Amino acid sequence: MIEQLQLLPGYLGAHLGLTLAALLVGIVVSVPLGILVTGSRRLEPFILGTASLIQTIPSLALLAFMVPALAALGAQSIGYLPALIGLCFYSMLPILRNTVVGLSNLDPAVTEAAQSVGMTPRQQLLRVELPLALPVIIAGIRTATVWTVGTATLSTPVGAPSLGNYIFSGLQTRNYTSVLVGCIAAAALALVLDALVRAIELGLRRRRRVLWAGSLCVLTGLALWPLTNVLRAVTIHEETTVRIGGKNFTEQYILTRILGRSITAATGRPARLIESLGSTVAFDALRRDQIDVYVDYSGTLWTTVLERADKPESRAAVIEDIRLGLQPFGVELVATLGFENAYALAMPRPQAERLHIRRVSELLPHAQAMTLGSDYEFFQRPEWTSLKQTYNLTFRELRSMDPALMYEAVRSGGVQVISAFSTDGRIASYDLRVLDDDRGAIPPYDAIILVSARFSRNNPDVINTLRSLAGRIDAARMRSMNASVDEKGLSPGEAADAFLQAQAPR
Amino acid sequence: MIELQALTRDFDKHRAVDAVSLIVAEGELLILLGGSGSGKTTTLKMINRLIEPTSGKVLLFGEDVCAMKAFELRRRIGYVFQRIGLFPHLTVAENVGITPDLLGWDRLRISARVDTLLELVELDPSVFRDRRPDALSGGQAQRVAVARALAAEPRVMLLDEPFGALDPLTRDRLQQSFLRIRRQLRLTAIFVTHDVMEAILLGDRIAVMRDGRVVQTGNARELIHSPADESIRQLISAPLRQSETAAALLRPPRGTP
Repeated sequence: MIEQLQLLPGYLGAHLGLTLAALLVGIVVSVPLGILVTGSRRLEPFILGTASLIQTIPSLALLAFMVPALAALGAQSIGYLPALIGLCFYSMLPILRNTVVGLSNLDPAVTEAAQSVGMTPRQQLLRVELPLALPVIIAGIRTATVWTVGTATLSTPVGAPSLGNYIFSGLQTRNYTSVLVGCIAAAALALVLDALVRAIELGLRRRRRVLWAGSLCVLTGLALWPLTNVLRAVTIHEETTVRIGGKNFTEQYILTRILGRSITAATGRPARLIESLGSTVAFDALRRDQIDVYVDYSGTLWTTVLERADKPESRAAVIEDIRLGLQPFGVELVATLGFENAYALAMPRPQAERLHIRRVSELLPHAQAMTLGSDYEFFQRPEWTSLKQTYNLTFRELRSMDPALMYEAVRSGGVQVISAFSTDGRIASYDLRVLDDDRGAIPPYDAIILVSARFSRNNPDVINTLRSLAGRIDAARMRSMNASVDEKGLSPGEAADAFLQAQAPR
Repeated sequence: MIELQALTRDFDKHRAVDAVSLIVAEGELLILLGGSGSGKTTTLKMINRLIEPTSGKVLLFGEDVCAMKAFELRRRIGYVFQRIGLFPHLTVAENVGITPDLLGWDRLRISARVDTLLELVELDPSVFRDRRPDALSGGQAQRVAVARALAAEPRVMLLDEPFGALDPLTRDRLQQSFLRIRRQLRLTAIFVTHDVMEAILLGDRIAVMRDGRVVQTGNARELIHSPADESIRQLISAPLRQSETAAALLRPPRGTP
């Protein structure tokens, strides 16, 4: 709990910064746009329709879409920028809609009076229409505030730290305290910001300067806090900090810390962890020099980056192909860690024994009566296609779910087979049997350390440290580290420390 | 002095006002009398350009109103209408002082002017200055609206059924106040109404409108004694007949002391 709370200022500040920036842009764009289109027979439905359409896109998808969209434009494609732009789109609709509604539902008698006393169109807008529409516009801003605080938790997978880090890493490492801290902090932040916006409105309406000016000052103060963080991040020279990327599952949370702590211990250079990245987001980030190093898996790169569909000859051949294949991307393979984390079909041991299933080919006669549970990615991946085609495999039903829930589902009998990861600590604790891929449908998945070529040239000290990790983690060790986090409630940092202590030269 | 020259307004294919020509002398109150759809409100709104004419001209003291900026024109003309239209977010004083404020008067002058006007419309400034419009009765609100229209000392006033939504007693009191104010300030005014009795009581001259045209102009006496047609005679005599009947009904029955 205390460990969680120590992270709070950083995450909360980042979350606040994103939220307020998105709201500011939302207000600055939407209110004038709303004023502009109100009453226009063509523009008003068009703009409102477009805004509603954007709103119907699931928020995670919208944020994730910003990554390739920005990459195509050559801009910074992971981290703050895609998160901010996605959130801006989200904050705009309620403000835009309420501005239009507020301005078009004014009493026509008041508008006529405003004209007849001799106001210019501009004076009508500023002295009469906007003040009268203000409560409705502010209601829109309040809706946007609450939405944006909630949606900003989804900035984590696109590489911007937020309170979502608590939630995503907590869900993956089954640390529900962490999930709870994230949710409560986000809810509290939403309430506080909402109350401040409401206070500004009340102050304006009742003409209490102290109230609205005071609330505005508090809001500005809140906005300055994350700004100082940004400034500090800018002033710390980027070249000394090593940026370590990590994907969104337990093993990766542990590996980023092992890498980071090893580098800091050996070179004295600080490490910044950029975590909970989507699988392909991490590779793109490395390629575009937005992170310096991360751990990926040979099979993943073989199928998704090299786009190979053929059956590899051996583990070593795959590594060699990748080493060569990644060069055009400006990415360098530094070392293999020594373990493999492959997609593998697994089922509860008692059933497997009863049905005499050890290999995938022995599953075939039973598969049509079984449901296969899997993470969100698997059914989209070439590994599944290859598995299906190689074995001519068909299940009764395929179900995607959160990896953490998948193990519960196979234990309770909700699904009969799952696509597990071979280093997952839960394979042992849930007493599952990993089925042997006897026809070699799935390529090997050696864990490999990747760095950008630019980083490799300029940082031989770090590269040496990373090389020293080669072959140091075997599958059993990785599985037990994963289990220590998933099952025994250690934090990823504690698991990493335990590993490094055991490795330390005596 | 206001002069309308062949003033015409079309809405789509419908001609709402058809070549209306009128002259209102300085200090005169002209009534535009007619039923709904007769074009009287459209005619009025073309004078302060709340509606732009399709053709024809409006001259205000000899100046073509379409040659002026609309907002400058309107600051010179007081305008009162049935739906009142006080600004709900402003106090009574701010409502009344709005046009002087737009004209850039200094605060003290506006404040003094507001008090004078509230007294003129028989509202105690110390009571009403800081009230919000939602704390006023219908009659009080319309008095404030009259004060607002008069704030920048216009020489011309346009009134569009200003007392139409008020109860008879309040309407009577406001009519009396208005007559007094008009004489006091020597205002030139055009007053739109469909109420014949109001037209007879307030107007120096009445222009009867029907289907977008002025069918007859004259004072009440002329209209009743030499009506242009039968329907005008009917129109003007109806309220007189009604009030005679009412008076007869109210007379004490014969034989009682």
